[in-house]
Amino acid sequence: MNASATDNARQPSIPYTTEITSQRAELSEIDQSIRSASLFFTVSAVIWLLLGTVFALIAAIKMHNPEFLAGFEAATFGRVRSAHLNAVALGWSNNVIYGLCLWIMARLCRSPIRHGGLLIIAGVFWNLGVSLGIFGILRGDLTSVEWLEVPVYATPLLAISYILIGVWGIIAFRFRRGDHVYVSQWYFLAGLFWFPWIYVVAVLMILWAPAQGVVQSVVNWWFGHNALGLWYTPMALGAAYYLIPKVLGRPIYSYYLSVLGFWSLALFYNWAGIHHIIGGPVPVWLVSAGIVASVMMVVPVVVVGINHHLSIVGLHKEGWRSPTIRFVVFGAINYTLVSLIGSAMSLRDVNLITHFTHFTVGHAHHGVYAFFTMIMFGGIYYMMPRMLHREWPSAKLIQIHFWASGIGILIMVIALQVGGWYQGLAMNNAEIPFLEIVQNTLPWLKARSVSGVLITIGHFAFAINFFWMLFAAGAVRAKSGPTLLVSTSGKEAAG
Amino acid sequence: MKNIALLFCGILFTIAFSYTGVILASQLQFGSLLQTTAELDEDGKQMEGDPLFPRRESGIALQGKQVYIELGCIYCHSQQIRREGFGADIDRGWGLRATVARDYIMQDRVLLGTMRTGPDLAHVGGRFAGDGGREWHHQHLYNPQLTSKGSIMPPYPFLYEVREIEGEPSPEAVKIPADSPYSPKTGYEVIPTRRAVALVEYLLSLKVDYSLPEAPILDQ
Ligand code: HEC
Repeated sequence: MNASATDNARQPSIPYTTEITSQRAELSEIDQSIRSASLFFTVSAVIWLLLGTVFALIAAIKMHNPEFLAGFEAATFGRVRSAHLNAVALGWSNNVIYGLCLWIMARLCRSPIRHGGLLIIAGVFWNLGVSLGIFGILRGDLTSVEWLEVPVYATPLLAISYILIGVWGIIAFRFRRGDHVYVSQWYFLAGLFWFPWIYVVAVLMILWAPAQGVVQSVVNWWFGHNALGLWYTPMALGAAYYLIPKVLGRPIYSYYLSVLGFWSLALFYNWAGIHHIIGGPVPVWLVSAGIVASVMMVVPVVVVGINHHLSIVGLHKEGWRSPTIRFVVFGAINYTLVSLIGSAMSLRDVNLITHFTHFTVGHAHHGVYAFFTMIMFGGIYYMMPRMLHREWPSAKLIQIHFWASGIGILIMVIALQVGGWYQGLAMNNAEIPFLEIVQNTLPWLKARSVSGVLITIGHFAFAINFFWMLFAAGAVRAKSGPTLLVSTSGKEAAG
Repeated sequence: MKNIALLFCGILFTIAFSYTGVILASQLQFGSLLQTTAELDEDGKQMEGDPLFPRRESGIALQGKQVYIELGCIYCHSQQIRREGFGADIDRGWGLRATVARDYIMQDRVLLGTMRTGPDLAHVGGRFAGDGGREWHHQHLYNPQLTSKGSIMPPYPFLYEVREIEGEPSPEAVKIPADSPYSPKTGYEVIPTRRAVALVEYLLSLKVDYSLPEAPILDQ
């Protein structure tokens, strides 16, 4: 392990200078082999991100202003909210994973991707599937099954194209060179296997051949929670394990912590989802197993947190200058926070208050945005210059992106969780009339909309920079040296 | 890590483990429950001749459930009642007893829900019933402000047709006070569409008003 981690980490914070030439040539051959496919996925991801953000804003405003767009059936709350979820989950998150993580996988396997053209075709089908799904949701064919809203008729397309795409990661792994397998590869390989399993089981047992009664709900939360735990989480952790040493030029602190973190996540996260039906009409043993697993999640979380922290400690200055590290560290810190909060939320006494409230909505955004999405942003900031051989056009826009998204998501999580906590306390007191509780959540819901506006600004800054770079004018091509956020003298670099 | 076989087996084992423990075990334990009578005899057998619960959903209510699904009501309303002492579900009058697995066996799609922006609806048919309930639901769905000032539930005007009154006002028209800001222009009336009618029948049908052997209603 250590040999390879240093290999991976040999690149210093200023790229393109000291790397061994042969190694660079190999990487560049690999980059070339997956370039078109990765760019296709990343561009799709950014477009879905913008669309998903617009749906999110509409849904957020409707929450405190129900008359907003009330006459349009397609824009009714239940549908825009589901369109938002699926656009960001299947459109943004999955595409960015395909774009970024398959690229990292290929690099770590030191094996060029074969038949990149076919991969793009699979990607086109995936995006057709997502478009059909979102269109179906807005049209009224949504299933009202949480995390599986996509209409039944779009699910085969999604499942098949997913499997086609995932196979590429596995093939790259199969043809890897060198006998060492790095942490990121464990996570990616696991995620690529786990996701189709949980997705196919869930679609079969809930939509195609429905299981009886609340078995459906059990399957639903086994899937819903594992989509986060066994798909988005491993992919983001794998990316972080690659990006941190790469940018900072030093290996991950401890191999043993990496092993422990990986296996404890694999074992415990699997079982945790049932905490979504605490107090519900399912046997107590099942719920208890879910709670135990959720609490045990403290192990992988603390272990990974320590490992990441010790890999960065002492290099904060360098990290702060690098857009990649800024986003990745923000994500990694929030991984620790959100997971510890999640474990606490699974305790019966806490769950009694937070369940059924906006607290959970805040928690979901904390995980998928403050952790997963921020790490993916960091990854895109790292990958694009290497793919395109040009630099990010504007450091200012990266700054805006970081601060707007970072502050936005913090406001959102705090507003929803504080508001949700009060909402939960009040709901458990039968003396308080329901409409009064509804009224008291309004300021928090409005704060959420404000945070949504901030995040939207961040996303547009990101998208402008991204497309500017992609269709670069001559000036961007000629720019030399990486785009850093703070110049060496400590002043903010100009765009 | 160099031991790829171990890595591979571990990845498969962990998911197979939770699949078996969570999904298969649930399927075996409560995946094929049957309807039963409210009480059992001494041998644990069903009482001969007593009605079976839970009841089958009726045709129009099933159509209404489809509307409920299409509009995503589940994202603000749960359909599960927690036991006395765990939350205030029963104290709030949301149900007479906690719901159990058997209550859901007749449903093709289970809509437990995880959000209570609005009240739980598992037993809403016990709170709003008959013609009065029907009228309340139509007003509320047309615009929640009519019945619940300050609500953040969305209005569903597209489930209604605002049309000119021809001759006598229709008996089906939603009763909206003339001085309300939500009342139609004079000479117009608000008529529920088929979907609105079905949805309201579904809401009226949502009732957990029967006992099960494992979940009796204690004092009525
Ligand atoms: C944005 C969240 C939201 C959505 C979506 C929503 N509701 Fe509501 N609902 C509420 C709130 C808040 C209340 C409590 C205030 C009130 O009576 O309007 C409520 C109350 C109700 C009540 C009265 C319950 C009682 O015991 O007082 C019924 C019935 C109801 N909703 C049905 C529906 C149906 C049917 C749909 C879908 C067509 C729906 N709701 C969609 C938020 C929502």
